[in-house]
Amino acid sequence: MTIWVFAEEQLGSPTDGSLELLAKARSLGDVSVFYVGAGSDDIWATLGDHGAAKVHHLDPVDALPSAGAAAALGSLLESDSATVVLFGSGNTDRDVAGRLAARLSAPLVGGALDVALDDGVTVISEILGGTKSITTKVRNDTVAVIVTRPKAFESEPIGGGTPELAAVSMPDTGRSSAVISERHVEEREGPALEEASVVVSGGRGLGSADGFDMMRELAGLLEGAVGGSRAVVDAGWVPYSYQVGQTGKTVKPEVYIACGISGAMQHVVGMKGSASIIAINKDPDAPIFAIADLGIVGDVHKVVPQLIEALKNQ
Amino acid sequence: MNIAVCVKQIPDPATPYELDSENHWIVRPNDQVLDDTDRFGIEVALQLAEASEGTVTLFSMGPSGSLKGIRQALAMGADKAVLIDDDTLKGSDALATARILSAAIAAEGFDIVIAGTESTDGFTGAVPQMMSEILDVPCLSFARKVDLVDEGVAIERQTASGYEVVTASLPALLAVTAGVVEPRYPTFKGIMQAKSKPVDTKTAADLGVEINVEQTVAAVTNVEARQAGTIVEDAGEAFLEIVSFLKDRKVI
Repeated sequence: MTIWVFAEEQLGSPTDGSLELLAKARSLGDVSVFYVGAGSDDIWATLGDHGAAKVHHLDPVDALPSAGAAAALGSLLESDSATVVLFGSGNTDRDVAGRLAARLSAPLVGGALDVALDDGVTVISEILGGTKSITTKVRNDTVAVIVTRPKAFESEPIGGGTPELAAVSMPDTGRSSAVISERHVEEREGPALEEASVVVSGGRGLGSADGFDMMRELAGLLEGAVGGSRAVVDAGWVPYSYQVGQTGKTVKPEVYIACGISGAMQHVVGMKGSASIIAINKDPDAPIFAIADLGIVGDVHKVVPQLIEALKNQ
Repeated sequence: MNIAVCVKQIPDPATPYELDSENHWIVRPNDQVLDDTDRFGIEVALQLAEASEGTVTLFSMGPSGSLKGIRQALAMGADKAVLIDDDTLKGSDALATARILSAAIAAEGFDIVIAGTESTDGFTGAVPQMMSEILDVPCLSFARKVDLVDEGVAIERQTASGYEVVTASLPALLAVTAGVVEPRYPTFKGIMQAKSKPVDTKTAADLGVEINVEQTVAAVTNVEARQAGTIVEDAGEAFLEIVSFLKDRKVI
């Protein structure tokens, strides 16, 4: 059976999410990748190394890919009588998955942590802030569109050879068309949030955007990355790219330090996979303490500066 | 300009959510509140309407209940609401929701559809994209900035490494992120006016949409929760606990 995987290019490489999907897909069957981006021989080699047997390549150039990718992928899935197509949680993944499911009248399951093929397609996902695990059966007369959570699977190269390559042309998307006129890369200091082994995250309890100065200093001392809760992103204290949670990034660092974060459901789902959690919060009843390995009931404006001084003297 | 905004009434997020034991649907009380993330889309709509002498219509699917959440959205300044309340739609998946909302919006006519990125009580985050496909309009998603331009509309679309500027002609759908604008607080006048603004209630049959069951929930179990560890009350030296915790884990 062929398992289809959606892969997108970011800064000249397939996203980490696409490589994670390949690890799962190759355990289920032969893997065909639908790749959106400029592409290169190195990229095909990487995809092959992670288990792709065939790569269908669509280069949207300056078009917003979602409508065209959904149309082209939809035709390929129909002609292949495909059973399952896996997407990551990237923004383009989600755009294409949604359009594709509507186009094919196919069921879409989101937030997937695992997928099994038995008499149909069975998906395990977590809902309600990761407190409930839900098993969903999808009707099996059509392709199931599965959108997985970040880091649900671990990517691992297996030394596969160069995949077969097939060029896909961008379909005419008519009035669904949109054009990308500028691309901006926002530099951030230190390691990427999703890859950092230490994440220092700030919440409403920091009091103001200035509170993030000490988050940056602490993260710098620990060679970590700075994150934030939805509340502080909504308040405009840090950009959206800092957001950890259901509508932001999922992180699994060695140590997660939550400063002035209450621990709302939407935040916890993005960080509860951390190896260990330290929480600092004034409110002894904050739900974050229920999941923290070390909880400090205290004022972040006192504890964090003391911690920074102590680390400087190490 | 006709601006449609998708909004959702959800159980108060401050109270723990429950699933009913038979169908595993979220138990929805009579009093549901406006999903906080919808305020951003409503604010964008109000600003676009103010710039274009437009009309803002809210679209929502789900049990009406007390209409508390819808009134909260109307109080911000939206002109009217269309609510699809139909028992046969209970437990609908994302695609069914997208079909219903699209049919209701298409019936009213639109230039711009605005939605949030995903609801607080749901977990799919696919409805705006599905609606774009059904309505055959561009999906300007993950928008952190929205501007009307000569060609139609331009957004800054959030990407993993930064953002891109995406431009499309109208009609178009915008799916906005939290933080795209600062949502206004309802004024007292707005709250009073919201009580008498028109709320049109429809069923799936009114819209001519038939919904099929695409997926069934086979089982729901509790996820093993993380255990709480050591809790220390700070009396001036709690930072030392953090230092030794970090040393134990060889972070420092």
